[in-house]
Formats: sequence, C-alpha cells, structure tokens
Amino acid sequence: MKRRKFFGKAATLLISSGLLAGMWKKARAKTPEGYDPSLHYYGMGIQIDKCIGCGSCVEACKNENSVPREPFYFRTWVERYTIGKDGGAVVQNIDARLAVSRDIISEKEIIRSFFVPKLCNQCDNPPCVQVCPVGATFMTEDGVILVDSERCIGCRYCIQACPYGARYIHPDTMTADKCTFCYHRLTREMLPACVEVCPTQARIFGDIRSKASPLARFKRMNKLHVLKPSLNTEPKVSYSELDGEVR
Amino acid sequence: MKNKPPWLPDALWRLIIAFAIIVGAVIVVRMLIPRAMKESAIHYASTVERETIKPIRYAGSSICADCHEEFDLKKQGYHLNLSCETCHGPSVKHTEDPTAVKPETPRKREFCEKCHIYDPSRPTGFPQITPAIHNPLKPCISCHNPHDPKPPNVPEECRACHEEIARTKSVSPHVMLRCTTCHNVPEAHKMSPRLVKATIPEGREFCGGCHSDDSKVKDTPKINLQTHNGKYVCWQCHYPHMPELD
Repeated sequence: MKRRKFFGKAATLLISSGLLAGMWKKARAKTPEGYDPSLHYYGMGIQIDKCIGCGSCVEACKNENSVPREPFYFRTWVERYTIGKDGGAVVQNIDARLAVSRDIISEKEIIRSFFVPKLCNQCDNPPCVQVCPVGATFMTEDGVILVDSERCIGCRYCIQACPYGARYIHPDTMTADKCTFCYHRLTREMLPACVEVCPTQARIFGDIRSKASPLARFKRMNKLHVLKPSLNTEPKVSYSELDGEVR
Repeated sequence: MKNKPPWLPDALWRLIIAFAIIVGAVIVVRMLIPRAMKESAIHYASTVERETIKPIRYAGSSICADCHEEFDLKKQGYHLNLSCETCHGPSVKHTEDPTAVKPETPRKREFCEKCHIYDPSRPTGFPQITPAIHNPLKPCISCHNPHDPKPPNVPEECRACHEEIARTKSVSPHVMLRCTTCHNVPEAHKMSPRLVKATIPEGREFCGGCHSDDSKVKDTPKINLQTHNGKYVCWQCHYPHMPELD
C-alpha cells in the first residue's frame, strides 16, 4: 500500500467515525408533555412602587422550594430601604414571620422609604457560571440558571462571584442553592410561587420575547432599570421606579 | 522491535504501531470513558429533569374557581388580583383530595395586618390601619368580608372618587378633618367634576388658621407665619393630606 493512500484511508476512517459519533442523539432533558424549552425565554419585572413588604413571596418561596426556615437562607427576599434626613440609606431584610424590622428608624427621621424585592437575576452573562470549577451551574435553553446539586462540590466560588448575593449553601446538601424561577412550575405552565401569591402584582413574570403579555406591557409602560448595570451581567430581572440608593 | 515478524519492513511496523495507538485512543475516548464524563449536556439534562419532577405545593388560583363560588365574589372587589393561596396557603394537596385536606383559613387580626398595618415604607394610598386606633381586638372579618373587602359603611361622597387621598388621610394626623374643612365643594362638582371644581385653600393664612402662633386651635404644631419661609405657600413643602409629623 502506498503511504499516501494509507494516510488517505486513515483520514477517511477518522472523519467517518467522528461523524458517526456525532450522529448519536444529543442529550436532551425529559420535560413534561407539551413543554418545549426552546419556545421560552423567561424574565421578571418588579414594580417597586407596588411592593407592600408583606413577605408573602418569601414565605411562598420557602414553602414551594423547601428552603430552610431560618432567616438567613433565602432564594428571594425583600429589602426595606430607608433614606433618613441625614441622607444615609439603611437597608434591612424583611422577615414577616419574625417581624424584626419595624420601627428601627423613627418616622420623623425618614425622607423616603420603600421595599425592594430581590432574587436571582438570572443573568444572561452570569458570573456564577463562569467561576464554577466543576461546571455544575449552567443556563438552560429557556434562560434559567440552574445548579446541578450532584456535581456541585460546595466550594462557594459562585456565592463570592454573585454580585446580587442570590446564592447560599443549603445546610442539608451542602451545595449551592438559588432561585430557579420555580423551574418545576414553569415546565407545568404555572407561574413561580412568589408571583402567584404576590397580593399587589409587584412581580410580573413572563416570556421576554413575547409581544403581548403582562411582562411586555410592564416593559413598555415603565422606565426600566437593572441592578448593578455597570457589571454587564445583563440581568433578566428588571425593576421599575428603582431608587438611586438601591444597590 | 523484538516481536516484529521478519518479513515486515521496519517502516510499515512503525506505522502499524502508530495506527494501533490512534485507534486505541479513539476506542478509549469513544467507548470506554462514560459519556457522562465527557458531555456536560448530559448533566444539564439530568439536572433539568431532577428540577422538573420536584413536587409543586401551590396549585395556582385558576383551579379554585372550578368548585368555589367565592371566586366570582372576589373578582368584583379590591382583592380581585389576589391569588387564593396568598391567604389560604399552599393547597395542592387540597385539590388532590378536597375532603380530607383543608387549606388554612386565617381569621386573626394579625394575619390581615401583615399587609394592612400602617408602615411608612408602604406605597402611599395603600389601605392601612393603625391597629391601636382601628377597633382594637375586634377581628377584621366581623366587619370586612375578605373575599370582597369594602369599608363597612357606605363610602363618604368624596371617597367614592378620591379613594387614594381618603386612604392616605386616614393614617395621617389630619384624619379627623373632614374634606369640607379645607375644600368648598359646589353641588355641581358631583355631576360634572371636571367642569366645576372644588376649591383648594389659597394662601398661607388658611393653614395659619390652625398652625400659626396666634391660632386658638389647641394641640397643633405652631409656626410664626411671618418668619416661617415666607417665600413659599404651605403646600410647596407640606402635603396636606399627609403632613409630616414634626
């Protein structure tokens, strides 16, 4: 056999075996009947001027997702911003169940005060995904950042990297945990639990790409802001009426 | 090179060895190493699957209407946008077995106060009460139907249109003032509210009636009309429906 011919045959073998291997079915998640993740791309809108700080969303999130009840594990939480007459902003975490945070500042000293619901911003350019050393956190096709609790080694890099403080280590599994937009509800065509229970519709959930939806209307009718835009994380959670003091 | 059959040329032998190494490597990578160690897509898919099979606890409000008539009542009132489970708690078990599992039915004042207690951080106009003044110890549901909450009395005439101002005023120091204390309302204003307007107080002297040093009204914050920022009228700094406390 001529050397040239031999190399030619070897190359064909390699290429064709590569092609064959590529034809293996691509791994795809089994989702409930009729749900196609490629048709969705989720986002949330938050209307600050509607939030009454009742904490229903926090409670619903803890119920729905079995988040530990202790007041330092949160997938979503509500912050109370109080801007005093001296100009300083005080930020407190609302916990309706513990009712700790009322009356810390006298009403006479307040210039303005409001609530800011917070959760994972499901960034389009997520720093937590970049830093994960084992590739345990990733973005799904429909734009939600998930954590693979079987791969996560609990190194806390992502907790350090998240500029919004949206992650925590779950005390039972010792792996990183965060808001998933209630992914198990989304695949059943239901709203996230926090959106479902919010009494004043301060949270608006929907498909970013849809043209007519509550979220599309929210985006059309309001001036939108995102948290920490200078970090270029491109959050999919947007806020209206966001005060300059909010960080 | 010891095992090489003598009839095989050296160059071909080396080629065979190189080829065997390449083929072996391909086999190891393709066949022996499990796919899960090479393809992150598999992990992503298994994570998504694990995530999707998680149980739901909140059934969503649309399903409640199938059995419960209160749903229609709720749709007419101020609580129309509330989900049933906002008050009744996670109820997916109730939808699966309606007789055995009953959702919570909160009846205590403390529950309503979660949203309706006065809190300076809440948006202006949101209906709030000060529990110490507002019928202390009486359960809310003795006057208000939670599925169609209304003020228990027929709303005052002004309140019918100016609800947000009425709510704001109801938790302000001016709560005891009637609208007509400050506004003159012609009868025609009720028929054509935009053509005939109610009056608004003009000038500082009107507020001064209660708030100037020489006023006879007791227990009001007093200022000296001559020295207190004479350049402005009162409402440029103070919102009369919710004057600041000091």
